[in-house]
Amino acid sequence: MKNSSKRSARTTALVLSLGCAGLLGAFAVQAKPFKWSSASDIPTLDIHSQNNALGNGVHAAIFDSLVYYNSKTFKVEPKLATSWKEMSATQYRFNLRKGVKFSDGSALTADDVVFSLDRARAKTSNFNVYTQGFSRVVKVDANTVDIILSGPNPVLLNQLTELRIMSKAWAEKNKSVEPKDSKSKEENFAHRNAMGSGPYMVKEWQPDQKLVLVKNPAWWGWSDVPTNVTEIIYTPIKNEATRAAALLSGEIDFVLDPSPQDLGRMRSNANLKVVDGIENRTIFLGMDQHRNELPGSSIKGKNPLKDVKVRKALYQAIDMETIHRVTMRGLSQNTGALVAPQVNGWTKDVDTRFPYAPDASKKLLAEAGYASGFEVDFACPNNRYINDEEICQAITAMWAKVGVKAKLRTMPLVTYFPMIQRNEASIYMLGWGVPTFDGLYSLQSLVRSVGTGGDGNYNVGRYSNPRMDYVVDRVKTETDLLVRNRLLTEGLQLQNDTVAHIPLHNQVIPWAMKKNVELVHRADNRLDWSLIKVN
Amino acid sequence: MLAFILQRLIQAVVVMVTVAFIAFLLFQYVGDPVVFLLGQDATPDQIRELREGLGLDQPFFVQFWHFLSNAVQGEFGLSLRQGAKVSRLIAERLPATLELALVAATLALLIGIPMGVYAALRRGTWVSQLFMTLSLLGVSLPTFLIGILLILVFAVVLGWFPSFGRGEVVQMGWWSSGLLTAKGWHHIVLPAVTLAIFQLTLIMRLVRAEMLEVLRTDYIKFARARGLSNRTIHFGHALKNTLVPVLTITGLQLGGLIAFAIITETVFQWPGMGLLFIQAVTFADIPVMAAYLCLIALIFVVINLVVDLLYFVVDPRLRVGKPGGH
Repeated sequence: MKNSSKRSARTTALVLSLGCAGLLGAFAVQAKPFKWSSASDIPTLDIHSQNNALGNGVHAAIFDSLVYYNSKTFKVEPKLATSWKEMSATQYRFNLRKGVKFSDGSALTADDVVFSLDRARAKTSNFNVYTQGFSRVVKVDANTVDIILSGPNPVLLNQLTELRIMSKAWAEKNKSVEPKDSKSKEENFAHRNAMGSGPYMVKEWQPDQKLVLVKNPAWWGWSDVPTNVTEIIYTPIKNEATRAAALLSGEIDFVLDPSPQDLGRMRSNANLKVVDGIENRTIFLGMDQHRNELPGSSIKGKNPLKDVKVRKALYQAIDMETIHRVTMRGLSQNTGALVAPQVNGWTKDVDTRFPYAPDASKKLLAEAGYASGFEVDFACPNNRYINDEEICQAITAMWAKVGVKAKLRTMPLVTYFPMIQRNEASIYMLGWGVPTFDGLYSLQSLVRSVGTGGDGNYNVGRYSNPRMDYVVDRVKTETDLLVRNRLLTEGLQLQNDTVAHIPLHNQVIPWAMKKNVELVHRADNRLDWSLIKVN
Repeated sequence: MLAFILQRLIQAVVVMVTVAFIAFLLFQYVGDPVVFLLGQDATPDQIRELREGLGLDQPFFVQFWHFLSNAVQGEFGLSLRQGAKVSRLIAERLPATLELALVAATLALLIGIPMGVYAALRRGTWVSQLFMTLSLLGVSLPTFLIGILLILVFAVVLGWFPSFGRGEVVQMGWWSSGLLTAKGWHHIVLPAVTLAIFQLTLIMRLVRAEMLEVLRTDYIKFARARGLSNRTIHFGHALKNTLVPVLTITGLQLGGLIAFAIITETVFQWPGMGLLFIQAVTFADIPVMAAYLCLIALIFVVINLVVDLLYFVVDPRLRVGKPGGH
């Protein structure tokens, strides 16, 4: 009896402790941190101050936009706006979700939407590119907003995915009605503080050290999302070896930008996995087609790159298969088009590359009058794109085989970008991401003749073609989607036919994480907070 | 005495201005922060406007003059990358660097001196041979390699220590300390060891050489003749006389520890001034770079000044001759 009571006591204790463990387990399920890292910190918490990919992705956890891309289909889907209607070609009406509250408990109304979209259009805002074509934003009633456009705008919804909504009252109370001005001497409250209506709230931000977001229980969308993450902890780690070590040692769950040389080890590690996805960013070479003589070139008195035969010869001398296999270790997607497949206007046809053919290349050079080749400057960044410097070295060697002696100069992006923007490069490398998933974004910046309002702002080789300008300008206002897409494809085809640029590949972005993390790889290289599960 | 200090102060000012000037000269080549501030979609008009607003379009000497006149008032402007006051950023980062440097210096002294003494007294034994070999490694291996190796062994393979960051900090006024929490100490071990290794080997070799030197002197021989115990001779007489140059070197090296913490801080993502500086360089964040370099110069200048003053106190010959005549 005594013995058995002792045993039963022991059993009870065991059951109790198991129960406790179970409870603890349940508690652990409740509090799920997701710790992640990449090389640099977000620049600001102000949603209109800097158009930075990493920052925009984090802001999307704290703030809602009217609409957002679905991570799997990349179609625009409702967020704060539940429905919208085209009242006329220049007037769109948005019905706002009812009952949405900011994390401080105040209601989100049409006033906040009008305020935020106006703030995005302020002079000190960096988000003007997403409000192009906006004429006015008008409150119709507490739950309805009209956007009045200066002309037909077929990419309005795409633009709205990057325009997040903040509280008017909060901004006024904290003197942050205007986005931070880089030139001012005073800090803006909204730079280090944020209050939105999104699924997570800022708990603390120590720049360059730690950003902690916690679940906003009052968020309207919790019932529809699979995530179980209650806390998002971001710690930037600049050194890539340390970043890899932190993941290998289990201190963090996820690395957004693992370095190529660590991938093999990560893939073979039993506790980790690597998810590859094609980024919506195309890498290509641009060529100066404006100056009459290229500095540093052996050809005096004329610019060989103005001749389409020469440009095509350079194109066909590049063996992209080898670069794909050797330089990129298979982590790239060769492309013939200036945009990635997810982008409007892309077709299989425009994605066809001119074949690699050194003989044809030599023949073209001879026809153009450069049978014995020529010397030309070639500039590349060395810390901007994946393996950028190595790719350029490979290309330099390939060109040498057809007699073109490229004088390669690589430099860090802080000096590289100002240099190419001064139109000083003869041949240069550039990568172009397309946040709107629409071909106009690329064509307007890259091949439209340099003009105003963003036309040709990165056409630093100053390619100019009247037909191209006509096509781009028509696309800007064409509202018939079929016609518009056909025009986009025509523009992309024209770029190929005239070899305005030499497309190389679309980047493949590997994400490294622990085995127990489930998420969806997005082509814009940002995390979808609603889909992350830590098991 | 006053004239001596005054002369030193004037020299210090000249050094500071020269550092600021050379730093500023270099900034002309580090690139253009405007690219980062405006992103890929900026129009040429926006770029030009921002450059004008930031004063980047002005001639070099005008920019330098503005910087100097503001710096004299302690005003270093706003960080371009972080939009925060540079003085505030540096004040936030200073404690992390100073704590790391102090722990590393303490570590170097506490381990380096005994090792050096041992290597001097037990010359030729395999242990002191081992110390000497290790010290060669410590002097010649670059810091980042030591850091990465330590991370690999102690964080990834053994899992004993965290690989990055500062752990928990306790805020006391403007000073944030990681030395008051267990987690903070846990985090500081690897970076402090990494930073200490070079100093440690330096101190060890210095102590050993000085010790051997002192042991050969007459007064040690007399001490032995008087029949004093080895213990008294080695630690009471020899070591005491060895330590004067060691402490001088350590003091001077403290400035070096603070300045060279850059690499250690980058490897361990230690949120100190060095990391701030490296991040400023990749962004061409000129106000932060300028302030950092001036501060480091100031630290060196102050330490040298203190050392000079100490010499003045310690060495009577300086007081007799012309002030500052050495």
